[in-house]
Amino acid sequence: MKRPEDVENEGLLVRRIRNGTVIDHIDCGEALNVVKILGITGTTQEALSIATNVQSRNMERKDIVKLTNRELSKEEVDRIALISPKATINIVRNFKVCEKKGVEIPSQIVGIVQCPNPGCISNTNEPIESKFEVLPKGLRCHYCDWLITKDITSHII
Amino acid sequence: MLDHARQIDSKKYDKNALYGKILAVLFFEPSTRTRMSFESAIARLGGTSISVGSVEACSMAKGETLADTVRVVSGYADAIVIRHPREGAARLAAEFATVPVINAGDGAGQHPSQTLLDLYTIRQSMPIDGIDIALVGDLRYGRTAHSLASALSLYGARLHTVSPRGLELPGTLATDLRDKGLEIIEHDDISEVINIVDVLYLTRIQRERFPDSASYFNVASSYRITPELLAGAKKHLIVLHPLPRVDEIDPRVDDSPHARYFEQSKNGVPVRMAMLMKVMQ
Repeated sequence: MKRPEDVENEGLLVRRIRNGTVIDHIDCGEALNVVKILGITGTTQEALSIATNVQSRNMERKDIVKLTNRELSKEEVDRIALISPKATINIVRNFKVCEKKGVEIPSQIVGIVQCPNPGCISNTNEPIESKFEVLPKGLRCHYCDWLITKDITSHII
Repeated sequence: MLDHARQIDSKKYDKNALYGKILAVLFFEPSTRTRMSFESAIARLGGTSISVGSVEACSMAKGETLADTVRVVSGYADAIVIRHPREGAARLAAEFATVPVINAGDGAGQHPSQTLLDLYTIRQSMPIDGIDIALVGDLRYGRTAHSLASALSLYGARLHTVSPRGLELPGTLATDLRDKGLEIIEHDDISEVINIVDVLYLTRIQRERFPDSASYFNVASSYRITPELLAGAKKHLIVLHPLPRVDEIDPRVDDSPHARYFEQSKNGVPVRMAMLMKVMQ
């Protein structure tokens, strides 16, 4: 069987990129949520390629996101750890992987997740962003202490 | 702070400790006891208080954010006491204020100053460590119950809860408290706990939480404390209630040696005096 890299190189699934970021080893089915978390919308200027359900050497199946001409910062990619802790980030320059790193779960996430508590002050017109502390048992709202223990992606803003 | 409150309670304090200091009382929800006891506390320490009056009369009614309000009020006072209908409002206020902020109740969240006076009142009758305490009533939206339960997790207390279906202690709070080592035992009826507990803490069951008056009265009547019910209680049991009460306590209980709720309410002044001295001196 051909390795995924080979498949990509042949341009069958997703073409190699000259410069940019490749987010690899995303948990299967989470690629669209990764894109959502990174705030990459349909109006983005960068070319965006998404491959889902790709055969992997290390994982049964995985998703891949490729973003051309944009190098994501560590702070940006660490948000991904919330939904796909095994994801790896490859910074590509002139077709070569120059940096490769895993994602780390941040201690706090700001402006990504909406507090599910309708009575929370963060769900008003106050000039604040939502803020959650990342705990082993879930995400705790900085303002109202609400704890999100499951289905985090459904609360992504 | 409770020790300090006891000292103040025995009149051993400087009556001008906060002379020249101004406390801003920012209440966006109705209040009698909390508001008046804070105002009394600052007055007894030689300071003064300012307030916006009713919510309708202040800039919040014009759409001003809480963040802007507290930034402005920080310039007028040395500390802010805030009550707000939203959970987390006091924490937000503390982020934007340049003076200390005391949470006097945030929606269905917390009411920490009430908890301090609750603990103070319990301590007047017994050591808090290891007590059996029953929280009765609306434990879902009752912020006094939330704060008290959190504080009790520090004292190795055993918490018995008695609440109508749907008004139980919020799941995440209960999980947190259990993680902190607090033993929580749920009961269906007050009669199950009346002979076990040292403290019976009642909270008001709000009529608006029920679809109709009939179901409210049905539930409310089953959570009513009467002298007959207290006949089976431990001799040293104390009955507490943050007040106002509606139907939770039969007025005949007021004269019982178990009743401590009016004393509890009175304790709000020395405890809040201790709090104000802590943050304003």
